[in-house]
Amino acid sequence: MIVAGIEPDAEFVHWWFATGFLILALFLYAEILVGPEVWARRPWRRYLWPGTCFVLGVLMWPVMAFFTNSMIHMVAHGSWAQALMVAGAAELGLVRGKLHSQYWRLTSFAGLLVSGTALLVHEQNGWLFARAAFLHHALGWMVIVASAFPLMQAFRPRSLVAATGFATTFAIMAVLLFCDRDVAPIFGHLSSYAGVAHR
Amino acid sequence: MSAEFARTLDRTGREERTESLRMRAVLALGPLTSAAGLGWAIVQPWRLTLLHPAGQGFWWLVAEPPLYVVAAGLLFWRFVARGLVADMAEAEK
Repeated sequence: MIVAGIEPDAEFVHWWFATGFLILALFLYAEILVGPEVWARRPWRRYLWPGTCFVLGVLMWPVMAFFTNSMIHMVAHGSWAQALMVAGAAELGLVRGKLHSQYWRLTSFAGLLVSGTALLVHEQNGWLFARAAFLHHALGWMVIVASAFPLMQAFRPRSLVAATGFATTFAIMAVLLFCDRDVAPIFGHLSSYAGVAHR
Repeated sequence: MSAEFARTLDRTGREERTESLRMRAVLALGPLTSAAGLGWAIVQPWRLTLLHPAGQGFWWLVAEPPLYVVAAGLLFWRFVARGLVADMAEAEK
């Protein structure tokens, strides 16, 4: 009860993750613009994207612990945390030179696939129940479709389309997460079971 | 001027223009992001609880999403973009 009294609302957490994804998107866009060689000229820069991905995975654990109101929420957030950490760790291994095979990038594909599935599985309400429900469905399907980009990157690492699509995935995720509200209508729809709308 | 030399000059000019455009794009990423956050703050000022803090709880005062967007753009520009452009210029030499 004490934790419930002081913990932030779910929408705040979504906005913090949105900021993280926005920063990830900026890193990825910048790397596309300058090319991997220039991006890697300063060693710390190579760790930015995998490090941020790994940290987002670590931060998903407190989300799992404090914001789960059902078993399905807990399993979804837990698997999501693991997928993000594995993807971040594999990318860290690649930039550090500990891992060599380009197919380790398949962990990013798996990370997005698990993230999308987790988003869909833990949203029990229909699309137009409330804005949060709509965003979970939209994000889930978008992320599952977008997992094709890292899959493409694993086989064609220099593909500009795959890299741009991957970066844009995080930009769209950020926008959608910033749109999240705990109780708000979506296209004029708000279920009477959702509660009283607030700004 | 030989045709080959003219072609080389033309190609070098084109490459320089492309490099310059890429540098500008990298430098523009941060300010554009911040501008988006600023635009959001203007369109939805009620999202900034700092503008009317009376009666707001701690988390509502911490959660200022338009300011997060502005900060993300500024931090990216200050700590990543400027160094990247310097490295691009160095790589060209």
